[in-house]
Amino acid sequence: MTDTSFVRHDMLPEQAPPATSVGLLGWLRKNLFSGWVNSILTVISLGFIAYALAGLLPWVFQSVWVADSLKECREIMAATWGETHGHACWGVIRERWLQLMFGFYPPEMYWRPILAFVLLLAAIAPVLFPGAPRQLLYVTAIYPFLLPWLMWGGTIWGPVLVAAGLAIGYLVHRFLKPIIGGLFALIAAVAAALIWWLFLVGPISGALSSALPIGIESVISRNFGGFMLSILIGVVAIGVSLPIGIVLALGRQSDLLIVKALCVGFIEFIRGVPLITLLFVASTLLNIFLPPGTNFDIILRVIIMVTLFASAYMAEVIRGGLAALPRGQYEGADSLGLDYWQAQRLIIMPQALKISIPGIVSTFIGVFKDTVLVMIIGLMDPLGLATAIRADAAWNGIYWELFAFIAFLFFIFCFSMSRYSMYLERRLRTDHS
Amino acid sequence: MKKSVILGALTVAGLAAGAANAATVDDITARGKLNCGVSTGLVGFAAPDAAGIWDGFDVAVCRAVAAAVLGDPMAVEFVPTTGKTRFTALASGEVDMLARNTTWTFSRDVDLKFTFIGVNYYDGQGFMVPKDLGISSATELDGATVCIQTGTTTELNLADFFRSNNISYEPVPIETNAEAQQQYLAGACDVYTTDASGLAATRATFEAPGDHVLLPEIISKEPLGPLVRHGDDAWGDIVRWTLNALITAEELGVTSANVAEMASAAGNNPEINRLLGTEGNLGEMLGLNSDWAVGVISTSGNYGEIFEKNIGEATPIGLARGLNAQWTDGGLIYSPPFR
Amino acid sequence: MTTLTDAPKVTFRLSMLIYDTRYRSMTIQVVALMGFMLLAAWLINNTLTNLATLGKPIDFGFFTDPAGYDINQRLLDYNSRDTHLRASLLGLLNTLVVAVLGCITATIIGVLVGVLRLSNNWLIARIMTVYVEMFRNVPVLLWIVLAMAIMIESLPAPKAFRGDNATASMDLFDSVAVTNRGVYLPEALFSRGLGNVHVFGDSSLRFDVSRDLMAILIVLGASIFAIRWNNRRAHEIQDATGERPTTWHFTFGLLVVPTGVLLALLGFHFGYPELGGYNFKGGTHLRNSLIALWLALSLYTAAFIAEIVRGGILAISQGQSEAAGALGLRQNRIMGLVVLPQALRVIIPPLISNYLNLTKNSSLAIAVGYMDITGTLGGITMNQTGRELECILLLMLVYLTISLSISGVMNWYNNKVKLVER
Repeated sequence: MTDTSFVRHDMLPEQAPPATSVGLLGWLRKNLFSGWVNSILTVISLGFIAYALAGLLPWVFQSVWVADSLKECREIMAATWGETHGHACWGVIRERWLQLMFGFYPPEMYWRPILAFVLLLAAIAPVLFPGAPRQLLYVTAIYPFLLPWLMWGGTIWGPVLVAAGLAIGYLVHRFLKPIIGGLFALIAAVAAALIWWLFLVGPISGALSSALPIGIESVISRNFGGFMLSILIGVVAIGVSLPIGIVLALGRQSDLLIVKALCVGFIEFIRGVPLITLLFVASTLLNIFLPPGTNFDIILRVIIMVTLFASAYMAEVIRGGLAALPRGQYEGADSLGLDYWQAQRLIIMPQALKISIPGIVSTFIGVFKDTVLVMIIGLMDPLGLATAIRADAAWNGIYWELFAFIAFLFFIFCFSMSRYSMYLERRLRTDHS
Repeated sequence: MKKSVILGALTVAGLAAGAANAATVDDITARGKLNCGVSTGLVGFAAPDAAGIWDGFDVAVCRAVAAAVLGDPMAVEFVPTTGKTRFTALASGEVDMLARNTTWTFSRDVDLKFTFIGVNYYDGQGFMVPKDLGISSATELDGATVCIQTGTTTELNLADFFRSNNISYEPVPIETNAEAQQQYLAGACDVYTTDASGLAATRATFEAPGDHVLLPEIISKEPLGPLVRHGDDAWGDIVRWTLNALITAEELGVTSANVAEMASAAGNNPEINRLLGTEGNLGEMLGLNSDWAVGVISTSGNYGEIFEKNIGEATPIGLARGLNAQWTDGGLIYSPPFR
Repeated sequence: MTTLTDAPKVTFRLSMLIYDTRYRSMTIQVVALMGFMLLAAWLINNTLTNLATLGKPIDFGFFTDPAGYDINQRLLDYNSRDTHLRASLLGLLNTLVVAVLGCITATIIGVLVGVLRLSNNWLIARIMTVYVEMFRNVPVLLWIVLAMAIMIESLPAPKAFRGDNATASMDLFDSVAVTNRGVYLPEALFSRGLGNVHVFGDSSLRFDVSRDLMAILIVLGASIFAIRWNNRRAHEIQDATGERPTTWHFTFGLLVVPTGVLLALLGFHFGYPELGGYNFKGGTHLRNSLIALWLALSLYTAAFIAEIVRGGILAISQGQSEAAGALGLRQNRIMGLVVLPQALRVIIPPLISNYLNLTKNSSLAIAVGYMDITGTLGGITMNQTGRELECILLLMLVYLTISLSISGVMNWYNNKVKLVER
């Protein structure tokens, strides 16, 4: 047997991959220049980015921060760069940013909306973050009463007594249930609570506050504005629309023909018209629909209409959550002998709501963005304030800076919320698998 | 949660219920605040400053009325209204009066059932064009693109003007003055038309005001004035005579500087005495204090002072008195006598 | 063993309305209906009382009054002496125009971006992500205003085209002018045209139908019918003989020749925009308010559609594209033939609601002065006549009708796609 000289006896040592497929170069080749179509696209994109940044960056950063009027801005620009175009005048933001945030809310009371906002985070933390301490649920429970008190101020007895209405309803139900049966007890409880809220809260709160004047200075809602107003409308609308949405979603799924028709009619009507027409209703027609002489302030009217608007969307989100539950859950509940409301409360809703949370968050983002429309009916949301600021003789003629600032803030709010909602979606998905 | 929030908000914010036709003055005194409808922002006429304090020519009327009724010019809640919402706000009782450069027209007075209590600014619709267009009359505007602020009588006047002169144009309706200004400056429209005061104010804020001219044609009468609802004449009288007091004060030379001194004792001029309450009881007839006009005038001065401070020639807006001079100076500003 | 067949004799008692499940649902429904009717009656009663107090009974008579204002973009003839009804009609048409245009472009951009977000090209995928996040997270009203402002500021004014040292020039062989007042395109003209048919005489609903257009459509329709007939014949021959006669020259000829002859007979030519007076004259004028609104709505909605498309594509299992790859299909063919058709089933329902949103968002046209139905009926007409109740209710009704029609049509299409799939 002759020597076959080409039999290898030992393994070749591992070699480094070619320089073009590893490291930066490899990454570039793989991700940016794989094939000539991709290469062209990459070059075009780079050109586009460079063009956009070349226009934007000098405007943003070669700018005037300290100026009291547009005229002064222009003078500084002319002195520094020799031209007045292509440079931002951020002086207007520096002077007015608090106004854009809080509207005309009294500056010495800014702590109240800030506290309300922080407490809001605390109140929704147990729902949103599984690791949050359970004690925060107490904050969640009292928050609906705390929010209006913090924002509008006034005596503490109003919210306390309104909260007491719930307790009264509960006690009536508890006390009467053995005597006249569950359904009548429920009706009696609701009636008692309604009577308490509609007829007794006002006088009693008046009496109590004159006897024990605990309270903070009240702020009328006309002074609300800026991002505070947008967030307030969004938060209240979403908070209130959640129970309404649940009822509507259940109604839409129910076998009762008339109830179903009413719910479908309401949902489709609200979803079929633009929000702006509902706002027109709030600003011009709501007073006509209510008993003669009724007249309450425009922000409340807007909140009511936005709440109705959000309810219809919320109902659809929750309906999606209900539809996503496996049939077995309903059947399992039935087989345990639970009645409809027990099944809803103990089995269906906890799961359906959990699935719906991402949808609820995106509904909130949508409603929050839509609150800028209130500018069209004359409320001082950020865009409305922009109009008012430009009507100030000192800032007349300013344009991009205000819009850029407002757009930037909206982006920060909405982007962080949508990221959160994505995180939630991922978390929920792993829970199910 | 749903009921509690609404009810909580209701209780806390206060459900201001009250029939629109009840005595407005009683409502205001009970409330301690005058609700005054102004525009959402119009240079020189109404705009909030960095601290949220409203200021301007229309705003001064509200403050004067508040001074007359409540004795405190700062006791005013300003309700920003748009062209759409202003009349509903007044009709529904959301505001007690409207001082939002609103043109006094027949249909608003009769059909919409409002009472215009006078005129605080005589305006008219004019045209502004760039100088390099080289035209001197609005009749040369055939085929031009015209920026208009919508929601006002402006677009109706414009349509009538071009129709009656049988020339064509391209209307560009625009919601706010700021957008109109931007479009005009960028050349997206050849002409900008709105009230002449607005044009002058807008031009004053341009980088190069000299490059733009106002055409001589004034195509409409725009008497702008405060208005109240039909049906409460006592309230209408108060607003009307507050405005008249401002005008008369200028005519008689009563200013914010000398009003305190003049009111301290009856002087030689009986009309001044009647105005300031040192003689007669005009104030009581209105249901106010006898020295109501002193508060009105010391707030921000007489009509002339308000004009000069907010929109006059010394301000960036730089409007001349023109038609709005006192009748003694050849203008139209004329108050019925205080007697 | 006792017999089970005898049901206990049921006597109806009042309490059964509540405690017997057979009757309870009935009771609840009756109570709900009564509650609803009471609420409705209460609202209507309040409204009538209030309107009587205001002295403004419901009256649609103002619709026949002259509107008094002009509308710049009009698909039908209109002048300021026409009625409010006609002004509203024009507004409605403008709403429909921008909604239809917006839906089409939003779909195109959305699908493109959705696919590109999954691109292998890192940079492209990132840019698309930035685009989607940027547009989704800022209110559409701001985008509309910004789109308008960018158009106004960055494009040349008509006067830049004028004079010897013009700083701007027309594009595409002097046939298209892009200005900050809008885009002027060539228009089709007929020197020997047949004129128009007037429908509805002088009423507010009158409109013209161009005989030229009708003639062209009829000829085109006939050509297409003939082509289909010819193709069917070719099929039959192929089935019978196995030889397929060439049809392309017949198809091509039928498409081009009759229409071409007709166009020549009618004296078809393009009218080019020319600078005259203050503006460009002639040509079709796409106003910048329309373009800005259209762009902003499309880009905004496209960001949502892109996410839907991406989700739809990701929902198709990897095995599908791998199998297609194993069959030897190229990447773009896999996308077009295998993945997208399946993804459509997931995509269409949320797509419908985005079309609805776009249509409803078109009501923000007022921000850029585009005279849609909110600008005419809900804007100037409402302002001038002071008839808020009538105008707003009618406005809502119009939008509701549009929305329900869109969802009706799209649901029908969705069902059709579903049937094909199964």
